[in-house]
Amino acid sequence: MEFGVEEVFETAGMILFEHFDIRAVTLGVNLKDLIDRDAGRLAQDAGERLAGLGKRLVSEAGALSESMGLPIINKRLSITPAAWLIEPCAQADAPLVLAQALDRAACEAGVDFIGGFGALVQKGTTAADRRVMESLPQVLSSTQRLCGFLNLASTLAGMNMDAIVRLGHILKDMAAAGPNGIACAKFVAFCNAPEDNPFMAGAFHGGGEADAALNVGISGPGVVRAVVDKHPDADLTELSEIIRRTVFKITRGGELVGRELARRLGVPFGVVDISLAPTTAMGDSVGRILEGMGLERVGAPGTTAALALLIDAVKKGGAMASGRVGGLSGTFIPVSEDEAMIEAVEVGALSLEKLEAMTAVCSVGLDMFAVPGDTSAATLSAIIADELSIGMANDKTTGVRVIPAPGTVAGDSVDFGGLLGRAPVMPVNRFSGAAFVARGGRMPAPVRSLRN
Amino acid sequence: MEKERVFVVVLGKDQKGIIAQVSGLLFKHGANIEDVQQKVMDGTFVMTMLADITESASGSAGLRRALDELAESLGLKVMLHNEAVIKAMHRI
Repeated sequence: MEFGVEEVFETAGMILFEHFDIRAVTLGVNLKDLIDRDAGRLAQDAGERLAGLGKRLVSEAGALSESMGLPIINKRLSITPAAWLIEPCAQADAPLVLAQALDRAACEAGVDFIGGFGALVQKGTTAADRRVMESLPQVLSSTQRLCGFLNLASTLAGMNMDAIVRLGHILKDMAAAGPNGIACAKFVAFCNAPEDNPFMAGAFHGGGEADAALNVGISGPGVVRAVVDKHPDADLTELSEIIRRTVFKITRGGELVGRELARRLGVPFGVVDISLAPTTAMGDSVGRILEGMGLERVGAPGTTAALALLIDAVKKGGAMASGRVGGLSGTFIPVSEDEAMIEAVEVGALSLEKLEAMTAVCSVGLDMFAVPGDTSAATLSAIIADELSIGMANDKTTGVRVIPAPGTVAGDSVDFGGLLGRAPVMPVNRFSGAAFVARGGRMPAPVRSLRN
Repeated sequence: MEKERVFVVVLGKDQKGIIAQVSGLLFKHGANIEDVQQKVMDGTFVMTMLADITESASGSAGLRRALDELAESLGLKVMLHNEAVIKAMHRI
């Protein structure tokens, strides 16, 4: 089989100049067989298993990256939701004991994050769910690499407003527990959380999964931006076609890595998550793709339509390239991690309300945005309820990763450093929805017919 | 034994001796060159070599390190991809 110099150059150029990489390889690990009344034993057994598997993951991913010539950036672990694991543990601090063991295992293995410290509470909360929820401020502020999640709504079950009300207070405590509210950056509130998501902070190994599964997250906002920039005169039909072809190629690269890494680890290959995921690196930005399509700034009128076109093309290209597309597979638009999103907020082009509208056509939700430190718990709950409603009503995943940054006001900026970036503090509508969320209860599941 | 083949991609400013030096390095590392192509694209000199490294004691890791050193001395960029990557991305 012959390849033209243009084809080989295209792949090399994507990596050299356009930030194409395999963003995350995440090994999901079942821990249900380790459930024990003794929290110390559970923690020890889980830590040993995860450290061993994590070391193999890091070593094999490094060797594969070297032999393939494709960068693999992050190596991660995800586990069975922690609330299931501590169910029989009477010890009051069982969540913390487990969390510390998970964090130690991640450090020992050299994986950058471990996800799954959370619970599925969309319909109701067990005692164990509540213990994990209440432990989140201490757990996420006293660990380095552990990530937490809660699934608070689903299209089938409706929305657990009681839990969302409580979460508002927990988020305030979480924000107060560490510098700049950093613990909040390691926590996601979900609707319709996927059980095989390789991306953090929301990864966990779901109840329908095998003992282990290798999930891959690819990424190439820079690659897509480059092809969009090369076609300034293409109409939207042509633009969609161009994006589809590009995403096809990068998805095939991701699938090759996933298939081969799973084989080397001796575990089933789970999914390829085709989400476009920006980083703080210059040019590796989803916002810049939208601007390349013709928007003066992200947030300008037309932004939601441009994003809808982008994500549709990404899904079509990805689905053609691999039969294993899964996870979130949308577009990430985290404010703090995307240079164009940061700028758009700072120049007044992008408001929280427009950001919310964008998430109606884009899977991942309100991600990595900061709000003033005096934002009330009730307002945080109401923002979360709004966003999760979009997921619930539209039968899709949405999430919220919000940082009520202590001591800040709108217009300030919070620098988290590294991958988490810098978040401009966004103003929040000053009118209150507190009495609405305070009603509590469970919002009924939406009707799934009569869709007009 | 299945063949292990890699694409060596060299990018940069055209200059004398690029092919000779890269070929010499591949030979020294036990690689067999099966195809060479070159072209100027967007003002950049691009050369690709398809090499069989099945019998190379250095393997892709050793070869990459050596190529990186050579590229740096010539002011060029070099990439090395397994043939499987190019095949996956450019053929259905």
